[in-house]
Amino acid sequence: MIHGLSRRRFLFVGATAAGALLVGWRGATAQQKLPYLGARDEPQALGAFVRIESNGDIIIGARATEIGQGVKTSLPMLIAEELDVDWNRVRVEQLPYGYVDTDKGPSNRYGGQGAGGSDNIPSAWKELREAGAAARWLLVQAAAQRWNVDAAQLRTDSGAVIAPDSRRLSYGELAAEAAALDPPKDPVPLKSPERFSIIGKPTRTVDAREIVTGEAQYGIDSYLTDTLYAVMLRCPLLDGSIGTLDDKEARKVAGVRDVVVVEGPKPDAPFDGALATGVAVIADTTWAALKGREKLKVEWKPGPWTSESSSALAARANELLDKNENAVPVRNDGDFAKARKQAAVRLDARYEMPFLAHATMEPPGATISVEKDKVVLIASLQSPGSASQLISTLTGIPRKDIEIRLTRSGGGFGRRLKNDFVAEAVLIAKAVGKPIKLIWTRDDDLQHDFFRPFGVHAMSAALDKKKKLTGWSHRCAATPRNYRDRGMTEGKVPLYIGCVEPDDFPAGLVANLEKSFFAVASGMPRGWWRGPIHTFHAFAVQSFIDEIAVATKQDAVQLRLDLLGPPRHLKYEGSDQPGFDTGRLAGVLQLAADSIGWKDKRSDGHGVGIACHFTFGGYAAHAFEVSVDKNELIIHRAVCAVDVGRVVNPLGVEAQMMGATIDGISTALNLAITLKDGQVQQHNFPDYPLMRMAQAPQSVEVHIVESTDEPSGAGEMGIPSAAPALANAIYAATTVRVRKLPILPELKRML
Amino acid sequence: MPDKHPSTSRPPAAASTVAPTERVEIRASQLRINGRPYYPAGDPDMPLLWYLRDELRLTGTKFGCGVGACGACTVLIDGKAQRACLMSVKAAMDHDVTTIEGLAGSELHPLQRAWIEEDVAQCGYCQSGQIMAAADLLKRNPNPSDDDIARLPNLCRCGTYPRIRLAIKRAAQMLREGVK
Repeated sequence: MIHGLSRRRFLFVGATAAGALLVGWRGATAQQKLPYLGARDEPQALGAFVRIESNGDIIIGARATEIGQGVKTSLPMLIAEELDVDWNRVRVEQLPYGYVDTDKGPSNRYGGQGAGGSDNIPSAWKELREAGAAARWLLVQAAAQRWNVDAAQLRTDSGAVIAPDSRRLSYGELAAEAAALDPPKDPVPLKSPERFSIIGKPTRTVDAREIVTGEAQYGIDSYLTDTLYAVMLRCPLLDGSIGTLDDKEARKVAGVRDVVVVEGPKPDAPFDGALATGVAVIADTTWAALKGREKLKVEWKPGPWTSESSSALAARANELLDKNENAVPVRNDGDFAKARKQAAVRLDARYEMPFLAHATMEPPGATISVEKDKVVLIASLQSPGSASQLISTLTGIPRKDIEIRLTRSGGGFGRRLKNDFVAEAVLIAKAVGKPIKLIWTRDDDLQHDFFRPFGVHAMSAALDKKKKLTGWSHRCAATPRNYRDRGMTEGKVPLYIGCVEPDDFPAGLVANLEKSFFAVASGMPRGWWRGPIHTFHAFAVQSFIDEIAVATKQDAVQLRLDLLGPPRHLKYEGSDQPGFDTGRLAGVLQLAADSIGWKDKRSDGHGVGIACHFTFGGYAAHAFEVSVDKNELIIHRAVCAVDVGRVVNPLGVEAQMMGATIDGISTALNLAITLKDGQVQQHNFPDYPLMRMAQAPQSVEVHIVESTDEPSGAGEMGIPSAAPALANAIYAATTVRVRKLPILPELKRML
Repeated sequence: MPDKHPSTSRPPAAASTVAPTERVEIRASQLRINGRPYYPAGDPDMPLLWYLRDELRLTGTKFGCGVGACGACTVLIDGKAQRACLMSVKAAMDHDVTTIEGLAGSELHPLQRAWIEEDVAQCGYCQSGQIMAAADLLKRNPNPSDDDIARLPNLCRCGTYPRIRLAIKRAAQMLREGVK
């Protein structure tokens, strides 16, 4: 048996910045550059991710942060597949953040642990299967030694090594011996896909039982010994500061221990600490801290943005587009101006996108203990590596002495890629000299976020006499996503990143195409929001295509298919996949069209709309059937077709598409963050109304394309095409074209 | 303030998990949570939510909005779904509170089983509130229609509503078939 202390320990394998895998042993000073690792100081640990107990239980470590995208289930499936075990015998444990110092610099014993860009499955696809295969190899070697036979004669099946004469040894019986062996020197061959018995099988969430019994631990559920509770009152004015602070009454509240000022960044300084200046109330209970906060009297000193409002931003964006001067070029093919001049048909439309908040169900927060020479952080995170770096910067404590325990996160959607809440917790904990549990309320969360950018897309098209698209112009005026990020603001990253994608559809498909960007100045902090760039521009692109089809009396599906043309790969920067495959996008479009009955005539006031988009290596299309009756929008059917390459967990992909479709509809219909006098106007769910069950379609018909292509992730591709498909369906039902999100207030105004 | 659970605050004779004796009932007003009596000693205005979470570490009841808008903190008060963020400890005294941790008997509640079988959870954060709201619904209406289910007001940010719907129907069927 393994002792309690070592039970939770795993060996480490890490990726360097260059991506090479490092392996080594805990406490070892020298790192070896090997693709796999074995175990020496952990009797029954077979590599970084696998532990086998004598009773045959298989424990697999889950390395990535689970924010609802299902990686705590799907990544261990990759390991289990190559380990060749019965999934029902597998217990999955969340790994902590695996920072390790190496002689080549900072590394991570587990590889990538963050959640962003739908990258977990693609980056783990080879890496974690290899980890599973290496562990299996050790077990086979151990059996070969025990039986004194050639390892090549042995096979494995469901957690046992089997000899040609049918003798069997379970992994549990072999684990101790296997753990003492040296790791494989050469890569172990991986299974051929037709032998997969776990990958591709519908698999339920590994934590399901803990979730439904209330035992699952989220960041907000963590407590350390002697923890004090903290809440903050942050300056509601963008880049504002504290004029006067009177905390006398707050300090009188029973249970309040301290009141501490937390400095935000100076206007125009990078957002790499707290998000805004504020006052923290520290108390014996969350409730006392909240009551204390009520009693704070703060006069805020406005920052430079007091005149900022949503209407002023929209006016400014449109003014920039009208003037059309000093554009930041994004892409230029052929000669759009000439094509426009020669066109038989010219079309123009502008689409407006609001700021959006992430509104994760579990608000931001952090539990932290900062001692002289070590830190323990427990929080719901998407980027533990950045959190570790940030803590080290703020405390001067080396990263190896910063322990970060990962929990499930109550949603992420990009909010937790930022660690401002961790910075606040560090600063408060340092100030009071005690472990701190920082809670954000919903008001805090909606008022202070890294919002999805605001912007206006100006689209122009030129068509010849045969209604063929000869020119396409996409000009975007937006508050750049690239704003006050250290490392991004120094000219390394183009200003348009996060708002327009140079290679997005229909780039490479229309001879004369121009894309350009205009920066709208704003004090709003901006960040990545699920499918960030793509949700931001797909609404304009896919609505405009529909408008072109309507205006020129073409079939909206056929028009897209004609544009996509024969299946081929086009260059797509920023995608790890072999570019953009026009055939796969056409495939999901056709699948969605067929599923909704695109060609069927509808005479009951129902309208059908469709849209498709390529996001982070995955292809998705949405089709909706809607009606609008007495100003009430009803979604009768929702179809989502998706191609994410080879599917690791069909149940998970279906869930992601269903959820993303509903998230997409919810956001498109109702959600906007607006500004007045340099202040966010939304405070809680009543004015940021996420969709409830009564508004949601009864079901989302998800169609997953069977594919042997390399897998992409699935967390984000189900979002971008939802909003335009919905607006297109509303047009089909009502001939009302909604060009400004959110849809419902616009529809009400226009009907 | 540390709260007084019977096992630490009462004389040894009463320090057990058995149902409260008559003597206890006479002694003090109590808060019954998942069948056990508690004697909160802190601020009586504290919302039940924070009492459950911070004092008792029953963290299955989640904080989502603090204004009764999202339902993540739904618990059963005398069998009826209520928002723990809006109910003070004082108001909950002498009532029976059931949290997600107390929903299962010797086996999981049919709703919990159905939730697992339909693989409802994504991030999972709202699901204990969803299950408690569904428990209240099924108690009132053993055979809910789609419209009845759709009236459940709890928010899910991940968009699991279609699977919640399936899970409630599955649990309703289990209950009608006598599965306990």
